Amino acid sequence: MNWHSAADFFHMDGYGFFVWGSYGSALLWMLVEVGLARRRHSQALLQLSEEDVA
Amino acid sequence: MDMLSSPPHPMTRTHRFYTYAAPSRFYALAGRLLPGLWLLAAGLAALGLYLAFFKAPTDATQGQAYRILFIHVPAAWLSMLLYLALAFWAAIGWAFKARMASLLARAIAPTGAGFTVIALLSGALWGQPSWGSWWVWDARLTSELILLFLYLGYLALVHAIEDPQRADPAGALLALVGVVNVPIIYFSVRWWNTLHQGASISLTAAPRMAETMLQALAVMSLACWAYAFAVIFTRARGLILERERDKAWVQALSKKGQAT
Amino acid sequence: MTWLLLQRELRLAMRRPVDAGLPVAFLLLAACLFPLGLGPEPEQLRRMAPGVLWVLALLASLLSLHSLYAADAQDGSLDQLLLPPHSAWRLAAVKALAHWLSHGLPLLLATPLLGLMYGMHSDSLGLLMLSLLLGTPSLSLLGNLAAALTLGLRNGALLNLLIVLPLSVPVLIFGSGAVGALEAGLPVDGHLSLLAALLIGALLALPAATAAALRIALI
Repeated sequence: MNWHSAADFFHMDGYGFFVWGSYGSALLWMLVEVGLARRRHSQALLQLSEEDVA
Repeated sequence: MDMLSSPPHPMTRTHRFYTYAAPSRFYALAGRLLPGLWLLAAGLAALGLYLAFFKAPTDATQGQAYRILFIHVPAAWLSMLLYLALAFWAAIGWAFKARMASLLARAIAPTGAGFTVIALLSGALWGQPSWGSWWVWDARLTSELILLFLYLGYLALVHAIEDPQRADPAGALLALVGVVNVPIIYFSVRWWNTLHQGASISLTAAPRMAETMLQALAVMSLACWAYAFAVIFTRARGLILERERDKAWVQALSKKGQAT
Repeated sequence: MTWLLLQRELRLAMRRPVDAGLPVAFLLLAACLFPLGLGPEPEQLRRMAPGVLWVLALLASLLSLHSLYAADAQDGSLDQLLLPPHSAWRLAAVKALAHWLSHGLPLLLATPLLGLMYGMHSDSLGLLMLSLLLGTPSLSLLGNLAAALTLGLRNGALLNLLIVLPLSVPVLIFGSGAVGALEAGLPVDGHLSLLAALLIGALLALPAATAAALRIALI
């Protein structure tokens, strides 16, 4: 086991900011990207149904 | 471009790969594959992260900071792979006037650019504790930066041209010129790096890789790949609906009120 | 026919002397900015000179790219020039040559003056000029492609920048690197050969790509 405790894990021997910053920003970007892609899709569907009504 | 009104049975001879060149079939196929792809991505990511943080040993020289490698390297690989994929599909779309292929290239671009940014960000965050500065003009990072500009150029060009009939081939041409240049750029940047820094500081001079590190790296790369597939398919579906909105199958879709 | 096309380009360029003189003016002005910004210390300037002048050559070549095909496209002559038996390839090559003659060549001729401003030694200066001679045509060819791709687009100038800059990195690296190598006492043959190779590659591939881009832009 690499870590003695949960606190150790987050601390990353003092490199916590850098390690979690890297993974965190990657995760953040991925969530944004997926959100934007899905929104684009649902907006396209919405526009289509609106055109139908019109 | 729809030749048949319904997808052929997978077991018949007529079921070919290029069946999915029809946007309607690609849309349906992507829709069916998506849940599985997300599951795969999540599962591989969980495994990869577990290996990266709990199985891979601590590096002697860089300490725990080196663990950034497990997101930095897969992101860099994906950014380059996706650029190749982008150029490939754009070229197919141009050569065969295949709308779906060009559309796929467009769907790939933002994800590829995103991975480039992740690679650059994680590179900077790795550089600071390792080399004492937020940015190092190391060959890999500099090449990634130039790759980002290649992506941005493609995205800017296809978005600046309103007519898809012009935008798709123009983007394809740019992507092809870019892809041919990538090895030249990479070689020149590597050369430039060694000339100016002598014994090169390089983030790619990673610690000698233990078996577990390689495993973690492989799994994380696969996870990023699965994620890329999933998000690109999602985006592609949105693009299809936008472009094909006049087609009968799309009208039918909205009438049925389907959300899949 | 090629000669006629070239004459046409040069005559058009000469009718607008301000446009024609702009690249050199930019070069001279911009070259003055670096000492002002970084300090007049001669040793520093001398070391910076090849890199600075090469970057400025690159930026200067991007000027007036957007107008390369714009005038012709607007008055319809571009469509005429692309009809058979005219060859789009030839038009692209002539445009690139005309661009180099109005940008690369004046730049080359202005370099000794700039070298003086930066206190360059004569052998470094000579090598710089040789590297520019080999490199600027490639830059003109690249700019030509970008201009054709962005024909008629609103943000053409910015797009040209974004498109050309990444692709011109190798030329920049080997061009200024040649002079750097000379000053470090390293052999320069490799750099010059690579610049020449890039030029040959550009000559072979880029006019054809530009011709394709023109056809795409005018459908």
